[in-house]
Amino acid sequence: MSLLWMYLKVFLVGGALCAIGELLVLRTRLTPARILVCYILTGVLLSAVGLYGPLADFAGAGATVPLTGFGHALCQGVMSAVDEIGFIGAFTGGLSATAGGIAAAVFFGTLIALAFKPRAK
Amino acid sequence: MDKQRVHTNPQHYSWLTEQLSPPSPLGAGLGRAFWVGGLICVLGQAIADAGVHWLDMNARAASSLTSISLVFLTALLTGVGVFDKLGKYAGAGSFVPITGFANAMVSPALEFRREGLVLGLGARLFSIAGPVLVYGIGASVLVGVIYALFFH
Repeated sequence: MSLLWMYLKVFLVGGALCAIGELLVLRTRLTPARILVCYILTGVLLSAVGLYGPLADFAGAGATVPLTGFGHALCQGVMSAVDEIGFIGAFTGGLSATAGGIAAAVFFGTLIALAFKPRAK
Repeated sequence: MDKQRVHTNPQHYSWLTEQLSPPSPLGAGLGRAFWVGGLICVLGQAIADAGVHWLDMNARAASSLTSISLVFLTALLTGVGVFDKLGKYAGAGSFVPITGFANAMVSPALEFRREGLVLGLGARLFSIAGPVLVYGIGASVLVGVIYALFFH
């Protein structure tokens, strides 16, 4: 039951964050690239003021998989690195915390771009 | 031609088109983004849970596993052309999750590969992901500096 409830929270919060993005697509002239930049900045900001952490505790992947969660990971990485190693952590923490996703995107992106042919749209 | 049947009044014309056009796609579009985006997050949660329970990972490793798996799946689906269809159907439901970040890297790299391996594939990987990383990393460093100077 608690597992089902957890997955429902993931679905609802993740879905809501995506629906907000779609609302921005349909009701403003923002391109997807701009929306992604807005999402990551919003994530960093909400994380810095302590609002995104509780959301991530509440909704798990529903909060961390959307791009706002990427911003949250950057921000939390920076803050915990500052706690650990001081000022230099401001520069090392963000990328350390998000390295998995970024390196995977570079590596698999290159691999797939080499392995497949572009198709007509 | 019968003069009265030609709509010269713009207000009347726009009222008419509003009556005759299908209902606003807003609700349907939001619904599609909601359920596809929600499901992608559920898949992410399932991968993270699998990492913790079956692969003995700590929370941080499981979260990296989730990102890496979703990025890999997206890259593959972009390569075979399925992700574009998902994107057309779900809109922000496919590009707001980390899948969108991965697709934004693979798709232009694939498309512009013929421009060369360095300035085609290599550079285009970051044509959309670049700005996202620039502002994300920039903002996080700023937060880190403020945190280190004033709250530490």
